[in-house]
Amino acid sequence: MAVGKEIRSKINSIKSTQKITRAMEMVAASKMRKAQDRMRASRPYAEKMRNVVGHLAHAHPEYRHSFMQEREVRKLGLIVVSSDRGLCGGLNTNLFKTVVSEMKAWHDRGVETELCVIGNKAAAFFSRLGGDIQAQVTHLGDRPQIADLIGTVKVMLDGYEAGRIDRLLLAYNEFVNTMTQRPRLDRLLPIEAIGDEELKHHWDYIYEPEAKDVLDALLMRYIESLVYQGVVENLACEQAARMVAMKAASDNAGTLIDELQLIYNKARQAAITQEISEIVSGAAAV
Amino acid sequence: MAMTMHVDIVSAEEEIFSGSAEMVFASGVMGELGILPRHAPLLTQLKPGEVRIRKEGGEEEMYYVSGGMLEIQPHVVTILADTAVRAKDLDEKAAIEAKERAERELANKTSEFEYAKAQAELAEAVAQLQAIKKLRERAGRS
Repeated sequence: MAVGKEIRSKINSIKSTQKITRAMEMVAASKMRKAQDRMRASRPYAEKMRNVVGHLAHAHPEYRHSFMQEREVRKLGLIVVSSDRGLCGGLNTNLFKTVVSEMKAWHDRGVETELCVIGNKAAAFFSRLGGDIQAQVTHLGDRPQIADLIGTVKVMLDGYEAGRIDRLLLAYNEFVNTMTQRPRLDRLLPIEAIGDEELKHHWDYIYEPEAKDVLDALLMRYIESLVYQGVVENLACEQAARMVAMKAASDNAGTLIDELQLIYNKARQAAITQEISEIVSGAAAV
Repeated sequence: MAMTMHVDIVSAEEEIFSGSAEMVFASGVMGELGILPRHAPLLTQLKPGEVRIRKEGGEEEMYYVSGGMLEIQPHVVTILADTAVRAKDLDEKAAIEAKERAERELANKTSEFEYAKAQAELAEAVAQLQAIKKLRERAGRS
């Protein structure tokens, strides 16, 4: 029967779209679990690092590394962590909104921003709109390696050391839970004084080779580990957001199919009724 | 029972070892280190090499680290292992690559950032998302 051929094909096309979104949802769900594990696995390092840096700050109050010195902000550095791929709801948009309003706030005070972008989406967004992008890294994949980030972070750290920027911020999405991801701006440099919890020790480390070298290496790794954490956390957010978005898409496809099915059935029924009434009235006329 | 200390080996990507040990061997930049409990506090960089841990009972475990930091406190030893081979010139090279990537792929990088345009674009995207959400709610109710 020729009735509702368009509707049938429409239903079929929505069904295949639904298959895709459902598959994407399931892939995102399993990737999210792995990303969360990775997020947890990277935490001890950052914590240990924090402890050591905290000890150092106490043991060496007279020595101030340039990373710890506050100075007047004339230029801002900003590392933006985004996802490589889309289809994850408003995740990147919300983050960029926070970033842009922060940049605007500094801009109004006469402070310009230097950018470092991680992930395709941030690279595309900020290059389209101009802005001083100093470094970028994209396509980190599902298992980001700290080695991929070293260069990118170093550009900003060098900029800070050389006095090109006076403050460094990290923008990424914080993983609250599967349903909630929150854009976050953390200050990386200058390093904020780390907890005054233990002032009681009056000892110092033996440094090998020199206190300065050790501190340099340590602080650099500290910042890198923070950026890495941001990247891993953002990845978990991406997968969670994609899972939710794809679930919504599958549900929508379901309701659409139901509606179309109803219309199709009605049209078919109407056609049958009409045919019968034509036959009946034809027979009655004879 | 022999005296032990707590040893942690962590890298940025994962926790590698955590437990108590009688002795730890590692190669610092200034030379080999053999660490027993109650060692003086020490902070040093590590060379790429093996880290050996003698656990309680004399059993030994070996790990390879490609450099990192070693922190020693009397009863706690922490190794912050690098997962990548680090050297000043290697880092420098990575930094230059990151910069070049930015320069190559981002055509108008030095132009002024268009705040108004960015904000308008983002507002539009957010509005779209909200509209979709509303549509969904309505569909769910009917």
